[in-house]
Amino acid sequence: MSDHESTYVPKTGVEKWLDTRLPIVRFGADYMSLPTPKNLNYWWTFGGILALCLVTQIATGIILAMHYVPNTELAFASVERIMRDVNGGDLIRYTHANGASMFFIAVYLHMLRGLYYGSYKAPREMIWIVGCVIFFLMIATAFLGYVLPWGQMSYWGAEVITNLIGAIPVVGEPILIWLRGGPAIDNATLNRFFSLHYLLPFVIAGCVVLHLWALHHAGQNNPVGILIPKDRAKKDMVPFHPYFTVKDGFAIILFLILFAVFVFFMPNALGHADNYIPANPLQTPAHIVPEWYMLPFYAILRAVPDKFGGVLAMFGAIGVLFILPWLDTSKVRSMRYRPTMKIFFVIFVVVGVILGWCGGQLPDAAVVPGMPSFTLIDGKLNSYLWLTRLATLYYFAFFFVILPLVGLKEKPLPIPATISEPVLSGSDEHKG
Amino acid sequence: MAESVVEGEGGDATRRDFIHIAAGAAAVGATAMVVWPLINSMNPAADTLALASIEFDMTKVQEGQQVVIKWQGKPVFVRYRSPAELQRVIADDHASDLKQPQTDAERTKPGHEKYLVVLGNCTHLGCVPTFGTGDFGGWFCPCHGSHYDASGRIRKGPAPANLVVPEYDFVSDTRIKIG
Repeated sequence: MSDHESTYVPKTGVEKWLDTRLPIVRFGADYMSLPTPKNLNYWWTFGGILALCLVTQIATGIILAMHYVPNTELAFASVERIMRDVNGGDLIRYTHANGASMFFIAVYLHMLRGLYYGSYKAPREMIWIVGCVIFFLMIATAFLGYVLPWGQMSYWGAEVITNLIGAIPVVGEPILIWLRGGPAIDNATLNRFFSLHYLLPFVIAGCVVLHLWALHHAGQNNPVGILIPKDRAKKDMVPFHPYFTVKDGFAIILFLILFAVFVFFMPNALGHADNYIPANPLQTPAHIVPEWYMLPFYAILRAVPDKFGGVLAMFGAIGVLFILPWLDTSKVRSMRYRPTMKIFFVIFVVVGVILGWCGGQLPDAAVVPGMPSFTLIDGKLNSYLWLTRLATLYYFAFFFVILPLVGLKEKPLPIPATISEPVLSGSDEHKG
Repeated sequence: MAESVVEGEGGDATRRDFIHIAAGAAAVGATAMVVWPLINSMNPAADTLALASIEFDMTKVQEGQQVVIKWQGKPVFVRYRSPAELQRVIADDHASDLKQPQTDAERTKPGHEKYLVVLGNCTHLGCVPTFGTGDFGGWFCPCHGSHYDASGRIRKGPAPANLVVPEYDFVSDTRIKIG
């Protein structure tokens, strides 16, 4: 997987025997000694954190599958049994449920890091694209998993999301019936969702291998964003172990503290109370919302007054990420040296949070209560509907207008020749 | 290498090309034939399709109310509309805000105009609209804010179509058969 020269020397007889037949120890050793840019900051620790998240979800998920029953009559009760009767079942389920949220916190920060430091630019486009595939699979897996407890939010979430496919002209309806295995969400749907929910994490794991392969082939980006020339490798790179195993390890401990706060002290804070009501196909909860990590995309769906248009916008919001490497016209990778772009980036992050917030509100509710407003086209200007539309507009403009234009117009700051230069020239205390 | 030997002779190369294409096509065809039963198995099973029709006694619905029944896993609204509601929907038969223009008569059975039978899933994304709410006296969908009138016609909001009238018939004066 890694392209650097191997420094592994088999010591024992067993290692020598193995090394000529299946060099798996060499593979691991090379992986650990991988030259890594020495200036990586804590934003680079989310890769390791995400690997831990995936392992946590798979491990807890396999155990949960031993107790869970994928049948509409029994699913809800089997989850309650896990919570009440299975030894440590509540801990395992809360870890799995909150683990999904933690996974998304980490993946969003990981993606924003890539966006800020230009980690998607040549020669790293494939790392980014495989990452987008992983993100999409994560959304699919999380959605499928949320259906399994067969509560009210499970059922109606599944109803709404599968109906998105029904919005496709002509072929939508047959595909919808095929996907559900019947005219409505029912036992057939629950069974196949369970099967796919078990499958997809392993597909994600396969994609993670591709992600890392591409990463180790193209080389890691770094906060300065410059490619490290071969002759500087000795000066600017350090082995992955122990330098970054320790740094990643420290970040993982901090992350696990946050994780533990949720699991042990507020396990239902990120969930929704309605999902503790068994699914009822005859009654929709008064206010259905997806899990928090889907809210920005849900908001975009609702911003468009046309059904199919809304579906296209929502998938487009994820799809645009795939072509990001070709939308950014700037040669400079790191936004550290792009003062104009940095401002637009900060606005983008704020807009993302606003979209998430809007996704959880009723569209017709007033943003500023009591403020007089007038009706614009189909809704009050002072409503979440119009705030969502403005935010959606910025979201797409960021990719299709701002990134291409700012890249051509802006004057970047001078870029250091080496990653050591900004450190050494910054202050005297680093010299010597 | 065999290829380099035969390269000069056009006949042999063409025969090899033909074998490649034929083998490739056979492999693709065989794969499709193997995959199709797997895909088709995900379509509704025979027992699911068997639950096709139900009967309902209309005397169970009081004037001004609706009864929700389950048909093929989906809710069906059976609504007995009051004279005032009926008057309002007929007055709106040609309203300009109808996205999918239909008269109330087209959505009911002759002689039974007071009864409206529609699928209880919002045509936007399938939520169950709540009875008697919204701006038009019909239903309001809590999910994404679609307003329906008492004829189940979409008047405002993201839903693209009127509430679907399922196939049904009056088997007697007071009983209907859906499906």
